[in-house]
Amino acid sequence: MRASSYWTAVAWLIALPTLAALTAIVLSLLQPDAETLHHLRRFVLPRVTFNTITLALGVAVLAGTLGVSLAWLTAMHRFPGQRFFAWALVLPMAMPGYVMAFVAIGLLEYSGPVQTLMRALFGDAAGLPPVRSRAGVIVVMSLALYPYVYLLARNAFLTLGAQALEVGQSLGYSRRQGFFRIALPMARPWIAGGLMLVVMETLADFGTVSVFNYDTFTTAIYSSWFALFSLSSALQLAFVLLLLVLVVAVAERRLRGRAAYTANAARRSVPVRLAGYAGWLATAFALLVFLLGFGLPVVQLLAWSLEAGQPDPRYLGTALRTLLLAAGSACLVAAVALALVYALRNAGRMARLAARIATLGYALPGTVLAVAIYSKLTAVNNLLDSAIGALTGNAPGLFLQGTLLAMLLAYTIRFLAVAYQPLDAAMQRLTRSYDESARSLGVGGWRLLRKVHLPLLRGGLLTAMLLVFVDVMKEMPITLMTRPFGWDTFAVRVYELTAEGQWEQAALPALFIVAAGLLPVILLTGAMRHAVAAR
Amino acid sequence: MFRRLLLTLLAPALLSACAPDAREVVVYSARGEQLIQPILERYAAQTGVDVRWINDKEGPLMQRLLSEDEQTPADLFLTVDAGNLWLAAENGLLQPARSQQLNSNIPAHLRDESDRWFGLSVRARTIAYSTERVDPEMLGSYADLSDPKWRGRLCLRTSKKVYNQSLVAMMIAGHGEEKTEEIVRGWVENLAAPVFSSDTRLLEAIQAGQCDAGIVNTYYFGRLQKKDPSIPIALHWPPEGVHVNVSGAGIVRHTDNRDGALALLEWLSSAEAQQEFAAVNLEYPANPAIAVDPLVAAWGEFEPDLINVSRAGELQAEAVRLMDRAGYR
Repeated sequence: MRASSYWTAVAWLIALPTLAALTAIVLSLLQPDAETLHHLRRFVLPRVTFNTITLALGVAVLAGTLGVSLAWLTAMHRFPGQRFFAWALVLPMAMPGYVMAFVAIGLLEYSGPVQTLMRALFGDAAGLPPVRSRAGVIVVMSLALYPYVYLLARNAFLTLGAQALEVGQSLGYSRRQGFFRIALPMARPWIAGGLMLVVMETLADFGTVSVFNYDTFTTAIYSSWFALFSLSSALQLAFVLLLLVLVVAVAERRLRGRAAYTANAARRSVPVRLAGYAGWLATAFALLVFLLGFGLPVVQLLAWSLEAGQPDPRYLGTALRTLLLAAGSACLVAAVALALVYALRNAGRMARLAARIATLGYALPGTVLAVAIYSKLTAVNNLLDSAIGALTGNAPGLFLQGTLLAMLLAYTIRFLAVAYQPLDAAMQRLTRSYDESARSLGVGGWRLLRKVHLPLLRGGLLTAMLLVFVDVMKEMPITLMTRPFGWDTFAVRVYELTAEGQWEQAALPALFIVAAGLLPVILLTGAMRHAVAAR
Repeated sequence: MFRRLLLTLLAPALLSACAPDAREVVVYSARGEQLIQPILERYAAQTGVDVRWINDKEGPLMQRLLSEDEQTPADLFLTVDAGNLWLAAENGLLQPARSQQLNSNIPAHLRDESDRWFGLSVRARTIAYSTERVDPEMLGSYADLSDPKWRGRLCLRTSKKVYNQSLVAMMIAGHGEEKTEEIVRGWVENLAAPVFSSDTRLLEAIQAGQCDAGIVNTYYFGRLQKKDPSIPIALHWPPEGVHVNVSGAGIVRHTDNRDGALALLEWLSSAEAQQEFAAVNLEYPANPAIAVDPLVAAWGEFEPDLINVSRAGELQAEAVRLMDRAGYR
């Protein structure tokens, strides 16, 4: 078998579980529920379509601007606090969006402390513009999601290399022109990858938008399913959502064209020192984003936790299992994503289609995907059960259900895109000439991967693991559905308490998610700096 | 290192796959874990029966039961909202309990006519108002809140919450669709602020003066009152019947431990369990023989709407479409 068809097969093998989980969604097209669809078209879809598109665009623009500008600042400049902000600006990612939403509304609502104080000081007419508004959701989601763009763009700028920008200077470009004409275009696969994750997560989000009561496609899917009892309509809406994501992905690829993004990063460019007020302006900007996205929510959560009293004694075990799960999935998902980008490198167009499908799991509302995975798993398990029963005369029942194996498989389907985007971008920096020179030295196969590619991909790999780690800790619906007895994560605790509206009690487990996210963020961003520095 | 990590992960995964103990009772629960854990642990300690539970939202749990079908490990299904219980029964996920004890402990309007599920605690959804700005004489039925005199003074929670869907469904059962739609439109016109995503936030808005009245489940008010006994909010009981909903349970159709599930269900309806089952969340016991929590008792007695709560399920989709049409988000 030729190498390229071997790698195409690998890509499709990786896409297979996702493909299986998505069949129910595609098959739903065959059974339209006319009554519900008619109602949705008339009273629901016009509003939610507009809401969804404006939300996705707004978040993409704001999170993109924040992520790219902060990455450019911390990667290429020196200013007061720069070393701290370089990793601290990743932290808002550890704060689940719905928690941030709840804190923002709690603080800024009419009945919240800020407006109460304003009324006390300036009279009853004083107040803020409504928080529970389109602008409010966009700001909160952008603060929660910009780290995806930040991490990837930072990686791109750090690996850009000194020469590229020096060429610009020799052409008479100013610093700003150098950014817009050289650095930004050369970082495009990274920024696009980060934005793709942001848009997918925005489209799939249910938690944050429901705290704001902002209706989107996802909330329409949930109402069709759980309120109108029309599973087929819900799945059809999910299908439209998937189409939308595919269109965005393909359009981005087309726009990118055949451009190459390799760079000779043998020498890192020397960061520019921002002197005087420019430096302090940079500090103020970074500090503002850090405080809004992380500092203030943490303070509010701390205040609530102190009010709520005694922590649950089970939390130690929960902490251990949460970390173990997140670390295990981070390794597994990153490894699978690595295999996938490797397959793409060595195979043709059919493999790219496989990669598109394999990474769709991130764009679906969590509960839809959880149920899709669970029912497919049951079907496979039933097949295995009868096969084993026929062979040995002793049917084992649903032995896969409620095992960690099933849970990890489900996480892989969900988060493959998260690991794939940074690795795919990192792969762009590897020219074929690396492979050719290595082969001419007699290095091929696994050794080529281990000795040549892996060291060069380390930044991308670490980013991938970090993103998956934090995402698994925040994940709710799949964890709820597939966890074995006793394997509750902190996100499950948060769910239990918020389901009955006990947000103050949920502050402590939410803080644990954030705290547990700190460690890998610090470790991995440190390792990333070394990985880049060592090149 | 990676290989060792993988092994550590896989070992318990494979171990946990061994067959469940036949005497053990497995509960699928959509009622918050902190609300069921103490009571299920008490049952386990008293009887020596192992009880395990899996918590999730009701929708995913029902899909899970559907896909597991005959192979399900679940014995008892516990959830909040009559609409969900009705749907589970409708989808053939539950089987009749046929128990004299359950029928005598739980009033007829709080259980399924074919014995497939039983309400275990009652949640009353009623009108809360500011004692500073509202004269209780002004208050009447839920429908009266659509009167123009409440313009800019009403707060509501989102129509996406099943409690409101059940409320409107029961109003359709009582008043018919046309009249109900008129009432809901009136509510929407009277709103003082965009609908809230939680009852607690709504009550805080009343307290802060953003609005004067709203519709809430009583236990949310109870929680706030427990923290601040002098909170300037009170509950009003609509005289034509207070909308009640249940949290309840039924025996899973494909259970392999019917006796164990039935014994637990009967115990949950008994005097011994009822008090705690309701009190832990300041709800009302479904068993009328049981005294309510003193804080709850202080709100006074009320006449519940006696239409069987399963109507909330039958009419839920209709109620949701009605609210969409009326612009109640």
